[in-house]
Amino acid sequence: MPNQPTTLLAELTYRCPLHCPYCSNPLQMSRAEAELSTDDWKRVFTQARDLGVLQLGLSGGEPLVRKDLEELVAHARDEGLYTTLVTSALGLTRPRAERLRDAGIDHIQISFQDTDTANADRIAGIKLGRQKYEGAALVKSLDLAFSVNVVLHRGNLDHLGQIIEMAAELGADRLELANTQYYGWAEKNRHMLMPTRAQVERSREIAEAAIRRYKGQMQILYVLPDYYEQYPKPCYGGWGNVYILVTPDGRALPCHGATQITHLEFVDVRSHDLGWIWERSPIFNAFRGDAWMKEPCRSCPRKAQDFGGCRCQAFALTGDATSTDPVCSLSPRHDLIEAALSETTAPLDYIYREVGTGTAAG
Amino acid sequence: MAATLTSRPRLWRLARIGFDRVRQRPVLLYPEGAMFLNDTGKAILELCDGERSVAEISDLLGTRYGADVTSDVIEYLDMLAQRDLVILGAWASASPSEPTSHA
Repeated sequence: MPNQPTTLLAELTYRCPLHCPYCSNPLQMSRAEAELSTDDWKRVFTQARDLGVLQLGLSGGEPLVRKDLEELVAHARDEGLYTTLVTSALGLTRPRAERLRDAGIDHIQISFQDTDTANADRIAGIKLGRQKYEGAALVKSLDLAFSVNVVLHRGNLDHLGQIIEMAAELGADRLELANTQYYGWAEKNRHMLMPTRAQVERSREIAEAAIRRYKGQMQILYVLPDYYEQYPKPCYGGWGNVYILVTPDGRALPCHGATQITHLEFVDVRSHDLGWIWERSPIFNAFRGDAWMKEPCRSCPRKAQDFGGCRCQAFALTGDATSTDPVCSLSPRHDLIEAALSETTAPLDYIYREVGTGTAAG
Repeated sequence: MAATLTSRPRLWRLARIGFDRVRQRPVLLYPEGAMFLNDTGKAILELCDGERSVAEISDLLGTRYGADVTSDVIEYLDMLAQRDLVILGAWASASPSEPTSHA
């Protein structure tokens, strides 16, 4: 029997007012008509809790476009889940924020693109104005637990110091600084998002100093850019080990990038119980344990630590999901990463995330 | 900063104590994490309200368990403070900027 999962990420919708080029959503996104219903999501939350899940992320797209968000939050709270809303804050009015609080939301995470207003607008692909700052002030005024999250890339990494100060001034309890992970739209835009080595080294120093400086006031989580690491990331604690993602159209996945692995058979939460999907489905069992591993992973002492890295990244870059994540310095295809790291001079002419254009843009 | 008898610990604003009906255990929940608690751990955390000192918490629990638990309480709170899950708040009554300058 597999472990009990701890975390469910519910991507409630692909609809989003923003068009960020680093979005991890797939290039081909289903439209609103295909979204799971309120009852579907409630059932999924209950089944997840029955399996042992304790953490629920409500994400998207922009989850606030779902009119039933408050109802879903209330249900999650009743089930005993710790619920985080991952939002752009666009559409977060005072009445909505109050209803979310009353429904029992545990934590609200607001994304910011940059401290430079014009650059933030350019990254988001729309005019953001002061909406995010107003959303943050609203969350603070209701005394809700509040994180700022910023996806880092070549176009904003030089502002990291200001970004950290901004989060502290907004009164964030927590700041999540995540270097871009190259799935979906981010992979398509990789040559425009990839930071330079100098940026990475400088930003690591800034982040480490800030972690110490703000300890006890604002918790800072800094996610390293895996392309610059010696070893790969243990993708979501290993395939089918702790994490379940459910897409807006009901597919249960072990990882964000799994839709890219073309030979996997996706299972719909409307036709199968999440417990069956977790324990029995071919997709969740595809890369469990280490029997699927090839060398150099199979005999590697680190295999229980990083599980050979991310299966989706291995597939996206090598065409074989059982190969070592090329991020690993021991991978025979590490040259793919070295080549990507030399792509840091392209002009920042982003391909914006758009529902229904993924194929055309490709 | 380590816990002392005069620290006035409180749970991190983002953490809350829950009960996991699946595993039948109390659990500390916080963003992207969960820590299962034993009964003693839960009893300590429930007394961490930012008002009581570590000495008072230890006295209350010492009476309940009939033993001196001070060093266990300090060790437990240090472990949680290290992980940002408990704020020790030794300077709770001082100016708000003071605690961070000691962090």
